[in-house]
Amino acid sequence: MKILTGNDLKTGDVTWWTGSDWSRHVEDAVDVGDNFEAILQQEEAARHVNVPYAIDAEMTENGPRPAHIKDRVRALGPTVRPDLTLKPADPDAGNWVI
Amino acid sequence: MYQYDKYDQQMVDTRVAEFRDQVERRLAGELTEDQFKPLRLMNGLYLQLHAYMLRVAIPYGTLNGKQMRMLGHIARKYDRDYGHFTTRQNIQYNWIKLEDAPDILADLASVEMHAIQTSGNCIRNISSDQYAGAAADEIADPRPWAEILRQWSSFHPEFSYLPRKFKIAVIASDEDRAAMRLHDIGIQLVLKDGQLGAKFFVGGGMGRTPMIAPEIRDFVPADELISYAEACLRVYNRYGRRDNKYKARIKILVHELGQEEYTRQVEEEFAHMKKLGLNPPVEELARISEYFQDPAFIADASDELDLSDPDFNLWVDQNIVAHKQPGYAIATISLKPTSGIPGDASSAQIDLMADLAEQYSFDELRVTHSQNIVLPHVKKSDLYALWQKLDAAGLAPANLDLITDSIACPGLDYCSLANARSIPLAQKISERFADLGRQRELGELKLKISGCINACGHHHAGHIGILGVDRKGTENYQLLLGGSAAEDTSLAKITGPGFDEDGVIDAIETVTDLYLKERQEDERFIDTYRRVGMAAFKEAIYG
Repeated sequence: MKILTGNDLKTGDVTWWTGSDWSRHVEDAVDVGDNFEAILQQEEAARHVNVPYAIDAEMTENGPRPAHIKDRVRALGPTVRPDLTLKPADPDAGNWVI
Repeated sequence: MYQYDKYDQQMVDTRVAEFRDQVERRLAGELTEDQFKPLRLMNGLYLQLHAYMLRVAIPYGTLNGKQMRMLGHIARKYDRDYGHFTTRQNIQYNWIKLEDAPDILADLASVEMHAIQTSGNCIRNISSDQYAGAAADEIADPRPWAEILRQWSSFHPEFSYLPRKFKIAVIASDEDRAAMRLHDIGIQLVLKDGQLGAKFFVGGGMGRTPMIAPEIRDFVPADELISYAEACLRVYNRYGRRDNKYKARIKILVHELGQEEYTRQVEEEFAHMKKLGLNPPVEELARISEYFQDPAFIADASDELDLSDPDFNLWVDQNIVAHKQPGYAIATISLKPTSGIPGDASSAQIDLMADLAEQYSFDELRVTHSQNIVLPHVKKSDLYALWQKLDAAGLAPANLDLITDSIACPGLDYCSLANARSIPLAQKISERFADLGRQRELGELKLKISGCINACGHHHAGHIGILGVDRKGTENYQLLLGGSAAEDTSLAKITGPGFDEDGVIDAIETVTDLYLKERQEDERFIDTYRRVGMAAFKEAIYG
C-alpha cells in the first residue's frame, strides 16, 4: 500500500493523510494507491502540509506500518527519547520501529 | 570575549526583522516552500525528521554565561527542554515551530547571537581550539583571528554562493585539538623569527571523500592572513565544481588540480590582492584583539589541590588540563554519562553551566567539537566546589578522551539524511565499557560514530570509527580503525564486512582486547594499531 506523509507547515510535526485531513498518527493513514499526485499538489497548495510525499507501507492489525525504518522513526519519534515519542507509555513502541 | 559593536548588532537585528517578514509570507502562502527553503536555511532552520531544527552559531565555540543561559531559555520555552551540542561547536534544537523561529532569533540577537551561516553553501561557523586563550602550549590566542575571520566571512557577498559549504578552523599550538587538517582551510598560527603568522592547510574534509589538507604555505604574516584566506576562496569560487554536489568541495578541486597548481593559482591571486591593499586595517586588528585580553587572574593563586576524595581525584586526573596561568586549570564538563546521548544537555544543566561559568571561570564557556563543554579559567582552589556541583547535576563523568567520551551525530533518530541510528550505539558502548577502571586501562581512545556517509560524527577520524549504512532496509554498521583528528591526522580504514548493532559492539570489544594484549609500554590504542597494522585486527575480528 501507499500512504502519504509530510510535515505540518507551522509546527513541523510529522503528519499522515487520512483521506480527508492530516493526522499525527500513522494508524490513521489510508492507502492512496497510485493516484496521489493530485492530493499532494492540492494539499501542499492549501498549506495543509509541507513537502508531502508518498511512501510504501504494509497493513498490519495495528494499522499501516511504513516499509522503511526512517519513516517508522518519523511516525513514532526518536527511539532514544521514548518520553518524546507519540507513545511514551508503551514499552514496546521501540520494537515497532526496529 | 568579543562584544558586538553597533554594526554587528544592527546586522543581526535587521536579519531578524527580515526573517520575520519571510516567515509571515510563508505562513500566508505568499512564498512556496521552494522559495522559502533557501531563506530559512540562511537562518539555520532545517526541516528534519520530526520537526524544524534550528542550528545556532557559537563562534569558535566561545560564549558567556548570559548567552549560555539564553540557550537554556530557548530549550525550555520553544523546544522540549534540551539542546544538542554539535561537532561544529554549535547547538541544535530539534523541535522548533516555524512560527516561533523569528522570536527565537530575536531572543538570540538580544545576547549577541544568531543562526546565520549555519547552513548553505557559505563559510560556516569558524571553529577553533576549545582551550584557546588558556592553553599552556599555545603561541598566541587564536580567538582574535577566528573573530576577524568571522567578521570577514559574515555576509561576504563574494562568498555567499560558493560551490559548496566551507569550513575553517584556527589553532595556535602544535597539538591539534580542533581537527584542523580536516577542514576546507586549516590555519595554524606560528612564529617565524619572532613574527606571528600562519601556516595554511587547504583541501581537507570528511564526508564521502575524506582527505587530509596538505600544507600549501608555511608562513603568511599575520596581517595578511585574511587576504591569503580570500585568495584561497577566490580560486575555489572560480573553479570549484558546481555541476556535481559530491565533487563540489574544495578538497576535490585541490586534488584534481594538484596541490602545486592550486597553490600557484592562490599565490597569483594573493599577489594581485596585495597590490589592491585589502588587508584589514591595523587599528581594526588591534580593536578586536583588545576583547581577548586575559581575565584578571590572581597572581599568586595556589597550585595545591586536596585530592583525598577519590572520585574528585579521578575527575581531576582525567578532565583537567594544564592552564597557562599558575594556580588555574582548564576543566572539561563531559556530556557523555553512561547511557547518555552525546552532546545533549537539559535546560537545567545548561543553566547550571552558565552559573558555574560566572562563578568559577570569569564568565566564559567553550563548546568542544567533541560535544563537551569547557570552563577555561578555573582557579585550582575552586575545583573541588565546582566538581561537587557538577557531580550533583550528572555533569561530572571522568571520561575525557576515553572510549565512552564518544562523538555521535544525531543519526536516524533525528536526521533526515541518516541511514542508521548513531546514538543507541554510543549508549550501548558506554554501558558495555561503563567501568571507569576499564576505560582508564584502555587509555586515550577516540570513538566516533556517524549515521551516514556525510560523516557529521567524524568516523573517518576515530581511533575507532563506526559508519551506519542502510543494507536492504536494515541498519548495518561498518567498523573503521586508525583515524585521528589530532596533529598526527590520519584517516581510518574499514575493517571488512559490516555488523548489526550488537555485532559491532562485540567487534569493538575484540579490538580493544587485542590492543591490551599487544600494546607496548605507554602506547595508546592508535599507536599500537599503527605499529601492529590492520591485518592483526582483522584476523581477531573476522578470523
